[in-house]
Amino acid sequence: MRNVGAAWCFVAPALLVIAVFFFLPVVAGLAMSLTDFDIYALADSGNLRLVGLQNYAQLLQTPLFWQAFGNTLYFVVVGVPLSITVSFGAALLLHSRLVKFQAFFRTALFAPVVTTLVAVAVIWRYLFHPHYGLLNYALGLLGIPPIDWLGDPHWAMPAIIVFAVWKNFGYNMIILLAGLQSIPGQLYEAARIDGASMWQQFRHVTLPMLAPIVTMVNILTIAGYFQLFAEPYVMTQGGPLQSTVSVLYFMYEEGFKWWNLGSASAVAFVLFLFIFCVTAVQLRLARWQSAA
Amino acid sequence: MAVCRVRPRLAGLLVNGLLLGGATITLLPLVWMVSVSLMSPGEASAFPPPLLPGRVTFANYRELFAHAGMGRYLVNSVVLTIVVTLVSVLFNVAAGYAFAKLRFAGRDRIFKVLLGALVIPSQVAMVPLFLLLKQLGLVNTYGGVIVPAMAGIFGIFVVRQYALSIPDDLLEAARIDGANEFRIFRSVIAPVLKPIVVTLAVFTSLGTWNDFMWPLIVLNDSELYTLPVALASLSREHVQDNELMMAGSVLTTLPVLLVFLVLQRYYIEGLTLGSVKG
Repeated sequence: MRNVGAAWCFVAPALLVIAVFFFLPVVAGLAMSLTDFDIYALADSGNLRLVGLQNYAQLLQTPLFWQAFGNTLYFVVVGVPLSITVSFGAALLLHSRLVKFQAFFRTALFAPVVTTLVAVAVIWRYLFHPHYGLLNYALGLLGIPPIDWLGDPHWAMPAIIVFAVWKNFGYNMIILLAGLQSIPGQLYEAARIDGASMWQQFRHVTLPMLAPIVTMVNILTIAGYFQLFAEPYVMTQGGPLQSTVSVLYFMYEEGFKWWNLGSASAVAFVLFLFIFCVTAVQLRLARWQSAA
Repeated sequence: MAVCRVRPRLAGLLVNGLLLGGATITLLPLVWMVSVSLMSPGEASAFPPPLLPGRVTFANYRELFAHAGMGRYLVNSVVLTIVVTLVSVLFNVAAGYAFAKLRFAGRDRIFKVLLGALVIPSQVAMVPLFLLLKQLGLVNTYGGVIVPAMAGIFGIFVVRQYALSIPDDLLEAARIDGANEFRIFRSVIAPVLKPIVVTLAVFTSLGTWNDFMWPLIVLNDSELYTLPVALASLSREHVQDNELMMAGSVLTTLPVLLVFLVLQRYYIEGLTLGSVKG
């Protein structure tokens, strides 16, 4: 049939690109993670050996990998709730009937999302400067002594989290705002007639209606935060004392600095497996919650 | 709403005050970036940090173009963004439309596989992709950035969701008139899909412009650096040159901010299309 041929012409280019440059590398990555692919194999594939799960076993014995994993977990566990709370707060404020210039505020709060990550990371590196940074200056006005944000191993990750929240919260804010706007007004009216207070309306109308969107926002944000890379690359280069080395930063150095490509593939798959499990648990929880 | 009824003015003041505070926090770093980029070298390294330049100068911008190769990076970013956007929008729109409205064997199964693959982070593919492109001779060329970005699952998904709402009667009528599928796509479907095409184009171009990790990996020759890669490398060399780096940041991020401001309606629509309605 002529129509079927035409249909394939429409999908073939995109499918070909995705198959060759995404699916094939993913499968090849899994295979590579079972080999000792390194700089010698890069020069001559005759040096390639199959080593089974040795890369994975070795990773689990590498202290820096565990440190990177712990740092990334810190970033996710603190950063995601903070980020979503700010997004939710901002969405509620924008949704209020009392707000003037809603369009202006929405654009202003969203602006950091579209900026170039590397460029704003460079800006924030200076905002965090211990002597000349605006942040310490502002804290000084409040009587708080200066903090060596990016130079102190205890403060470097919190600083990166502050920056990431600033950069990202606008994205979820827009999605949550759209969710708030899609809740039918009658539900609130009915609740008011029943004498529900503002808090009760929020608790029994807004939250349950938003639950599916909040679940989705959680899943996407967690997956995104696990992929921390450019922030430490630009702001701290993994330091000080490797306190900001993330899993992807570790993978990048392992693969493209030391050319241990087999081991780097294993890192990528461990990260993927972990994100996948966290996502699955969240979906299960959401289903269980909506059933309860 | 009891609080609002008793003290509407106070509540209004609180809501707008909080928003004003939030907007100050989001915009201040960007305004400060522009301001410092216009200061003379060394001026920003003072206490208290100056908010405005004593005398406005474009010396930092001149320096970037004259000695840091900024013009070259700007061209690289512009060319890559335009090519990736044109090609990937064409491929994604055609595929998304076909998945929504045309019939072919295995259509729904293939689409399900694509959707499932959305959970795989792109970094999982990076190491083998690098080797594949090396085999093809594309490492350290524009092609290394362009080729893997020529189609994307998310783009296909968004277009499909939008195209599902096209009534089949519209297609049938055109088919009865004897138009072939490509003609129908060009003269009947394309106008209907225009809003989603613009949305996808805005999304893709901003994403390509801002992308960092993959260009960093695949482009080794500084002649080919995109703005973010060049800026990251410059910022490692010029740790103390506050004003120069701010000028570099302005050049890197101002174009995307302007595109966003002009086309934000499409951008924000795309955000909610991929999530709430999907």
